[in-house]
Amino acid sequence: MMNRIVVAFILLLTALTPCAMAQLEVNIGRGTFKPTPVAIPNFEAIGVDPEVAQTISDVIRNDLESTGLFVITPEEAYIQKDLNIEVAPRFADWKIIQTDALVVGTVEQIERGGNQLIRGSVRMWDVYGEELMRFEDSNGNQVSGRRFTTTPEDVRRIAHKIADAIYSRLTGEDGYFDTRIVYIAESGPKNARTKRLAIMDADGANVKYLTTGAFTVLTPRFSPTAQQITYMSYEGGIPRVYLYDLRRARQEVLGNFRNMTFAPRFSRDGGSVLLTQATNGNSDIYLMDLQTRQNRRLTDHPAIDTSPSMSPDGRQIVFNSDRGGSPQLYIMNTNGTPRTCPSGGRDVACRITFGSGRYSTPVWSPRGDLIAFTKQSRGRFHIGVIGIDGRGERLLTESYLDEGPDWSPNGRVITFFREPSPGASPTLWSVDLTGRNLRPLLTPTDASDPAWSPLLD
Amino acid sequence: MRKLMTSAATIAVFFGVAACATPPEPEPVIVAEPEPEPEPEPEPVVIAEPVEPIPTGPVKGSLEDFEVNVGDRVYFDLDQYRLSADAQAILRRQAAWLSTYPDVNILVAGNCDERGTREYNLALGERRASVVKNYLVDLGVDPARVQTVSYGKERPLALGSTEEAWAQNRNGFTQLISGVVG
Repeated sequence: MMNRIVVAFILLLTALTPCAMAQLEVNIGRGTFKPTPVAIPNFEAIGVDPEVAQTISDVIRNDLESTGLFVITPEEAYIQKDLNIEVAPRFADWKIIQTDALVVGTVEQIERGGNQLIRGSVRMWDVYGEELMRFEDSNGNQVSGRRFTTTPEDVRRIAHKIADAIYSRLTGEDGYFDTRIVYIAESGPKNARTKRLAIMDADGANVKYLTTGAFTVLTPRFSPTAQQITYMSYEGGIPRVYLYDLRRARQEVLGNFRNMTFAPRFSRDGGSVLLTQATNGNSDIYLMDLQTRQNRRLTDHPAIDTSPSMSPDGRQIVFNSDRGGSPQLYIMNTNGTPRTCPSGGRDVACRITFGSGRYSTPVWSPRGDLIAFTKQSRGRFHIGVIGIDGRGERLLTESYLDEGPDWSPNGRVITFFREPSPGASPTLWSVDLTGRNLRPLLTPTDASDPAWSPLLD
Repeated sequence: MRKLMTSAATIAVFFGVAACATPPEPEPVIVAEPEPEPEPEPEPVVIAEPVEPIPTGPVKGSLEDFEVNVGDRVYFDLDQYRLSADAQAILRRQAAWLSTYPDVNILVAGNCDERGTREYNLALGERRASVVKNYLVDLGVDPARVQTVSYGKERPLALGSTEEAWAQNRNGFTQLISGVVG
């Protein structure tokens, strides 16, 4: 299936100055904001088709620009054209065109064990600090650059890895470019819609279809730790939660529940799946251990309880319930013990949404501090976030139908789907936590229910 | 171009007016002659005989019979799963029909409008399907004959995005899945 990418660091013989902290840092938070100018000249092609180097350079630029945090210095503005990865640039030439960071790279073809491989190497310069910006490798060591090697068909992943390294170096946060998004590809009229499980790179490249469309599939979710997807399918008549192993390209029904199961989501450690079973008109939440295949019922209430999502430490669950008369968000302890509610009193499940409107599809942030949700209010739909204590609700988007948020693995970006107006087809979007950077995610067909993978190995 | 066409039109109007000013030439006089009437054919002698009345409407026990004479859908209010008086009347007819045709098994599908999230609507649709099933079972239909499924908002009956379309899409749909006549 997927080729593992070989990660290596650039070990340079040149003497390295002791680790001076560079000045340049991008602040992702809110407030006044100006994107950081970064120059990424085309990587030098060494013994490789220049188009490969061009592709890698384009992908890196596109990844970084898509964050809204960076503005890519246009090539026409370059003064220095004789860059060399081994030599410091003429900083004055880059200052004058107001570039904060300069990325210099090469793409080579190398032979290893009889296989032709592609290797991308990168270094980054702090133009105003006039110094090399050192990276941290996957072992936490300071290195003067990064180098990634893979097979020719996976060259885009080299670019995503480099973009992740640059993003991480400039923001202090983990990147999210070398990731994939699983979603529902839709086609046909609304009353006879074909819905297929599809997967693509996070930038929309390499779309693949995992199911044929013979059965409706819905709500795929990625394992945060493995190449696994859980989703709901109507295959076999009764809608059930399935598990799909991407490496083996195999699917199986999850558990032997008697009735319809739906709304699955992995726990943060990837070891279990939360799901809903509906029995004679009553939906309740269950937790299924993927090792033992034992399940435990977490809610027992005559109201609808669904759309569970677990906190990163596994101790709490946020879910959707209409026990108060309309769909709202509630938090409970995974072990079912009573808790002190933000609104006062003690209860097994505490309501955290009190704004006007109907709240659903809560998803706990990988950072643990926020919950993303879908809100329906006055005929419009929003994607929003709220603190786990129910404070600080912020709506990030608005349209005729915005639904189904899921977090980037670093917890900075939310992907969701949108039907912009009545009767319009759904497509995928992303928005950052500030709400400033709203972007469409292009797919070959109509699309819904996007879910983000973890960073790939 | 547009200017050019405008002036052309003006000229045409001018000539048209000028043409009207000339006196009309006398039209040729046409004398209409009557067409010869066809010879009447002799009417055949018809003897009225009593016939078996042709059955009107769908065949009893058929899918069409159920749709037309019983009603296969009940409708729900927004975010509700209570059965209205109309819905109860339809379900009483369904139960009576099902007792007449004991070989028929049914699948009750719960459907929702598009103004909710997928997962919540799957739960709501299941609730609607179960309410329909339970009502039929209370009226004596064997629960083994009744399956349920929720399609949430995935299978709308009406395609529009209007209040009327949403009202149609909030339903419990009784589908005959086996034992149907015809």
